[in-house]
Amino acid sequence: MIVANRKPLAEIREMVENCDKILILGCKGCVTVCNVGGAREVSILASILRIARKKEGRLLHVDEMTIERQCDPEYIEQVKDRVGQYDAVVSMACGVGPQFLSEAYPAQRFFPAVNTTFFGGAIQHGVWAERCAGCGTCIIHYFDGMCPIARCSKSLLHGPCGGSANGKCEISKEVDCIWDKIVRKKMEEGHLKDLLDPKPPKDWRTARDGGPRKSVREELVQ
Amino acid sequence: MAGCLEGECHFLTGNFKAKKRVQYVKKVLEELGIEPERVEMFNLSAGEGPRFAEIATEMTERIRELGPSPVKPQNAA
Repeated sequence: MIVANRKPLAEIREMVENCDKILILGCKGCVTVCNVGGAREVSILASILRIARKKEGRLLHVDEMTIERQCDPEYIEQVKDRVGQYDAVVSMACGVGPQFLSEAYPAQRFFPAVNTTFFGGAIQHGVWAERCAGCGTCIIHYFDGMCPIARCSKSLLHGPCGGSANGKCEISKEVDCIWDKIVRKKMEEGHLKDLLDPKPPKDWRTARDGGPRKSVREELVQ
Repeated sequence: MAGCLEGECHFLTGNFKAKKRVQYVKKVLEELGIEPERVEMFNLSAGEGPRFAEIATEMTERIRELGPSPVKPQNAA
């Protein structure tokens, strides 16, 4: 899923500083799963902003709404009757949400309430870790299901660097050296020689290096 | 917020979850410039009536000392 974190409260408050009426819009997709922008978090942020304003002695009207997804036009359509009534709409979706909303409703101001961080998963309740860099050409089958692009600090493709020590990365004792894991797994399986096969340079044109990307599935295009 | 004694809750982890949530609420209050000590988590068993009364008194005194909530319109800055 796409993992995000809520922006610091001070930053959100600054965005809505000059607003008297806002809508906080949640998303039932990834941000609900990573507990940052679903209905519950919308409700919490709404309460916090209301309290903050009450304390200042001026009221902020906050409406709450959560839609199925903010990355599909048919769901964006559901807020058609609501936009236009607000000084701003604060989206709690990933970075895609406020952009899709802005494109659909150019006259309405949209603010992002979260910082979108990475593609990953929950390694324990409340802890998420990066697993994919979205490079556009998956190569994890070469590395027993571990991605050195997303999980090596240097995205090295041909083995560990000199900063690997006791299974940890030199940037932090908290960060596993993924190359240590890859090599150990290959050794356990007796497949270490897989890593000796020369591989052609990776085609980075499918990653961000090729500019903004678009995915077209001809069989679905109407 | 009153929860069971730690390790003695019928719902096993409910009081631990509540504790973390109370900590979160305290953090939010602090960010908003509201005294975080207006919220507190206490752990006691259902049989501890006198302790409950003690806590109630302690919290009442604490809140009285802090004064009215700044969020109530008539108290707003």
